[in-house]
Amino acid sequence: MSEVKIEKVSRRKFLIRTGLGTLGVLAFGTYVSRNPMRRAVFEMVEMMIPPYSGTGTEANLWFEITQDNKVFFHSPKVEMGQGTFTGLAQIIADELDISIEQIEVAAAQTDTGIIDSGSTGGSLSIASLWQPLREMAATMREFVKQEAAKKMGIAASRLKTENGLVSSGSKTMTYAEAIANISSWELPDTPKLRPIKDYKLIGKPVKRVDLKAKVIGAPIFGMDAEMPDMLYAAVVRPEHIGARLKSVDTSAAESMPGVVKVVKNDNWVGVIAKSFSEATAAKHAVKIDWNIPKKWTQKDITDLLKVGNGAKMVTQKVGSALNTYEEDGISLEFSSPIGAHAQIEPNGALALVKDGKAIVKLSTQVIGITQRQIAEALEIDVENVNIIGTFLGGGFGGRLNTLHAVVAALLSKEVGQPVKYFFSRKEEFQNDNFRPPTHHIVKGKLNANGMIDSLEHHYASGDVAYGSVILPEALHTILGTDVGAMRGGNIMYGKIPNRRAVQWHTSLPFATSWWRSLGLLANTFAIESTIDEMAIKAGKNPVEFRLAMLNDEGYEGRTKKVIETAAQKANYIEGVSGDRAMGFAASIDTGVPCAHVVEVSIQDGEIKVHKVTCVLDCGLAVNPDQVRAQCEGSIIMGMSAAMHEKMVISDGKLVPTIYGPYRMAMMRHTPEEIDIHLVQGADVPLPVGEPPLGPIAAAIGNAVRRLTGQRLTDLPMELV
Amino acid sequence: MKISFNINGQAQIVDIDGNTPLLWVVRDVLNLKGTKFGCGKAACGACTLHVNGESIRSCSYPVKFVEGKEVVTLEGLSANGTFHPVQQAWIEEVVPQCGYCQPGFMMATAALLEKIPHPTDKDIDENIMNICRCGTYYRMRKAIHRAAAIKQANS
Repeated sequence: MSEVKIEKVSRRKFLIRTGLGTLGVLAFGTYVSRNPMRRAVFEMVEMMIPPYSGTGTEANLWFEITQDNKVFFHSPKVEMGQGTFTGLAQIIADELDISIEQIEVAAAQTDTGIIDSGSTGGSLSIASLWQPLREMAATMREFVKQEAAKKMGIAASRLKTENGLVSSGSKTMTYAEAIANISSWELPDTPKLRPIKDYKLIGKPVKRVDLKAKVIGAPIFGMDAEMPDMLYAAVVRPEHIGARLKSVDTSAAESMPGVVKVVKNDNWVGVIAKSFSEATAAKHAVKIDWNIPKKWTQKDITDLLKVGNGAKMVTQKVGSALNTYEEDGISLEFSSPIGAHAQIEPNGALALVKDGKAIVKLSTQVIGITQRQIAEALEIDVENVNIIGTFLGGGFGGRLNTLHAVVAALLSKEVGQPVKYFFSRKEEFQNDNFRPPTHHIVKGKLNANGMIDSLEHHYASGDVAYGSVILPEALHTILGTDVGAMRGGNIMYGKIPNRRAVQWHTSLPFATSWWRSLGLLANTFAIESTIDEMAIKAGKNPVEFRLAMLNDEGYEGRTKKVIETAAQKANYIEGVSGDRAMGFAASIDTGVPCAHVVEVSIQDGEIKVHKVTCVLDCGLAVNPDQVRAQCEGSIIMGMSAAMHEKMVISDGKLVPTIYGPYRMAMMRHTPEEIDIHLVQGADVPLPVGEPPLGPIAAAIGNAVRRLTGQRLTDLPMELV
Repeated sequence: MKISFNINGQAQIVDIDGNTPLLWVVRDVLNLKGTKFGCGKAACGACTLHVNGESIRSCSYPVKFVEGKEVVTLEGLSANGTFHPVQQAWIEEVVPQCGYCQPGFMMATAALLEKIPHPTDKDIDENIMNICRCGTYYRMRKAIHRAAAIKQANS
């Protein structure tokens, strides 16, 4: 990309940029309310879609029309695999009247002026940009028409736009020609958006715009970034939880081949060398004496993280209190372990810090926060830090805090050359912002008719949202609850007269944070397993049991429809059939209901999932094929967490530190069939990437219960 | 030490510590970025490429062992400008999500199809041992069957 000039412009003006291959750039004001973060948070809590919260009233450069009549879209959101760039391109194409082949999408560098103050996450990219992006594309289209009208001498109202061409009868002009040689533009008012039925690409299974690059192995990831005269770094960090650096001997490392410099910092030692292999070899020659104040054990953590410990917060309170339980009540206890993100591209960054400026290329979900963190560490203005976001080799919440990029920048500053630093797999596993372990107690009571009279969910969790750099600290004081741990923690069945959900929050001695779907997977496992157990106790069909507890309106009505559809599509039956049984579970997350029916058998003492029927109501599916891909991926990632994955603490360290011992779902664990059905219960796109994770663990547990009589209550599930 | 080998049909000589993993020679010396780093311990398969037609994990394969051998990376899987049947099938089934692990899977699949032209699901389960965090296995399995069909139709 050529150099970008940033200017402040008012809401209805374009900013012109000239440069290599560029004729014009559209600048556009924003959609941000005065306090977007607060609004975003409360809307999130209420299961609605937070608005896009980009840079306030700064000039935002979104589209470039290039000389070869293509549109370059500077996306405030990154692509981490969910097909976001494709969905956004479809949205642009349908209002800007260009073909999808004419659109190129890349994450906006911070020096273009587009800085997402939040993150790419929460499954919100398409949902939050749905309205502003259509408005911007439509405005751009009207602007191009207005300029073409001047050049063609024809009234704009008589011009048509299609495939990047403006035409009237036989006269045509490309968009590039229409906006050529313009120096000062006034934007027309935002036109009325087209009715959804008129869209040609929105709602269609368009092939991913990044498909070819990913099939030829193009160098699109942070890991692939290069700069001339680039050096490599490897870093020694404490392996024991809470360890502090006491003394260091770097003499042996300094004399190793290829080593340029060894840098000591507060609690790490970095080795800069000419190659990755040399940096790694020298890293192992650094001798460090660590001060280990306490060798944490797994038992310490299990004892700490229990219902009844930590900060208590009632997150749901309907009907009367349920402090006493009669003999016919039910009480179950559940747990989930520490989980790693384990994305295949390790975290890392390529940084060049020189002459008081920094350029940093990396895979990050938080471009704006990465910029701020680096500026603070280098003590320079944020304007002097340009973050170039690449494609992400997996995100899942694992790139929402990018302190490793700060390390890369500090190392580069030491040598005045570009330094590429990325985690070894061991560093990745030991320095992850883990999914916190959870502990749950669910108590319930049936009424005389065999319906649930009362249900109470107590859930203990480590930090999810607490302490996260993506949320303001004051938020926790305002809300008094960890909104991430809360996801899926409340009981969704509105006809249960007495409902309680109580969060017990404890911060752990190691970092825990966002992991795809947050509390949803474990909370749904606890609640939906208990609901299933109560259906068995009541002698009722678990589908009818659930339907009878849901109201017909709003979210509950949509959940009902999803449950009915799932039971019907899967031909759900309660009993064991041959060597298989079915399991049913449902959840609602950020306003998106999902139900899974799984078919399970036991093979060689292990749970085998043969088929998953998944029904999801994500509103308008901008790209139904990619929505399905997200369902498939969520199901497999959820199965992996439900049946295989587990980090533990051993001798004061988080282990394991490599794939294999950190067991994950592989090809052989993949269901023979995943049957996905989309129900559209809203006319706008809703979150997709996380909600289908919700019911999977519970559905598998419920199938195993029906097949074997065992109620499995601990993740990862293992048969006794 | 000097090591001579062919990579993607081209003769190549590198002068480097013979114990350097082949992955880093391919990525950082020869600048072929289609082979990815995932774990450095041959556990995830992101770095899979072919040495004399065999699928190997290059992060744990010292470069000295390729002396005189044929190395093929994703970039050399098919002739200029065309897609290998595996790549074509991956496109038709729209397999990649984040895409980072996909080169390793495609290389493992290409090697598998040379040995077992029409693998069963069981063959796939037993031979494709890479890790995909996005969970694209379901589409991959379909794409592997499709690649086998394309390969047969082309031959």
